Amino acid sequence: MADTPILLRENQYHQIKAVLARLRMDSSARVVFLVDKDGQEIAVQGEVGNIDTTSLASLAAGNVAATGGMAQLIGEKEFPTLSHEGERESIHISVIGRLLLVVVFDERSTLGLVKLRSRQVSQTLSTMMDEITKAEFDESDSPFAEITDEDIDSLFQ
Amino acid sequence: MTFINYASREINCKIVYYGPGLCGKTTNLQHIFEATAPQARGKLISLATETDRTLFFDFMPLELGTVRGFKTRFHLYTVPGQVFYDASRKLILKGVDGVVFVADSQEERMDANVESLYNLEENLRAQGYDLMKLPYVLQLNKRDLPNIVPVGDLTAELLRKEEPVVEAVAATGAGVFDTLKAVAKQVLTELRKG
Repeated sequence: MADTPILLRENQYHQIKAVLARLRMDSSARVVFLVDKDGQEIAVQGEVGNIDTTSLASLAAGNVAATGGMAQLIGEKEFPTLSHEGERESIHISVIGRLLLVVVFDERSTLGLVKLRSRQVSQTLSTMMDEITKAEFDESDSPFAEITDEDIDSLFQ
Repeated sequence: MTFINYASREINCKIVYYGPGLCGKTTNLQHIFEATAPQARGKLISLATETDRTLFFDFMPLELGTVRGFKTRFHLYTVPGQVFYDASRKLILKGVDGVVFVADSQEERMDANVESLYNLEENLRAQGYDLMKLPYVLQLNKRDLPNIVPVGDLTAELLRKEEPVVEAVAATGAGVFDTLKAVAKQVLTELRKG
């Protein structure tokens, strides 16, 4: 059976966005993403511009999954942070439980600053996500609880 | 894992196309990509080798439409089919909501189908899933080729439960959307159950 769905409520979403906004400012980053380890984008804050955020979330999760696999092969639990430095743009990813905090930054910031600020918000995000995932999934909460076969069929017409 | 975002009014689900090497998993996604309006889908990301064999995964987000005010998005993934990429296959199954098994109908690929299906069951178990309880569709691909196994023989070997079986020719698009619809419908029906 598939996992229980995660429900992100509006107030929780805005709380997460506020944390990301603060992190973005404190680290002088371009964009900050919060992504589920399965590749689902949870929230984004910053100059998204032409960045395909859905693909970036999926690839970040694939990246962490692959390096996590390598870690286990050499006897490590996981690699908690990953950094990729480019000529102009760089990416820093921190693994926070089942979350990935992805920071995209350019010459306005430094890897050291991004690492420091990411670490500082890790606990807050982790606590928030614990509350979200621990909340009981009540069937009546699902917008699909009363979905009909006709509703489903209508998607394919 | 299904992700319901009340703020952006979106529901995201993950579907994985599984099957032996060269069975047509990527071709399924390519057809969906080409046949879907650009505003309904994102980029098709292919992490492939220089010879176009899937190295890690293909990925494509697809928006099917709105149900009860919520945008319904499916994240479609393929796995690398070649046997030695098993570690990657396991990773891609994490958080899956529905699986399509793409079988290659050619006689000489029968053993590869069986091996891949066993591998799917094993890898699902390793992630804590049970194929018998997961939304699942069996696609019999390459039905246009001359040396194919009859449908009855294929299903006798590959059918696991009462899953929908779709005959397909992914290269021309035949059966591709029927397959997607069959698995998406089961995923959405699961959501109704909670």
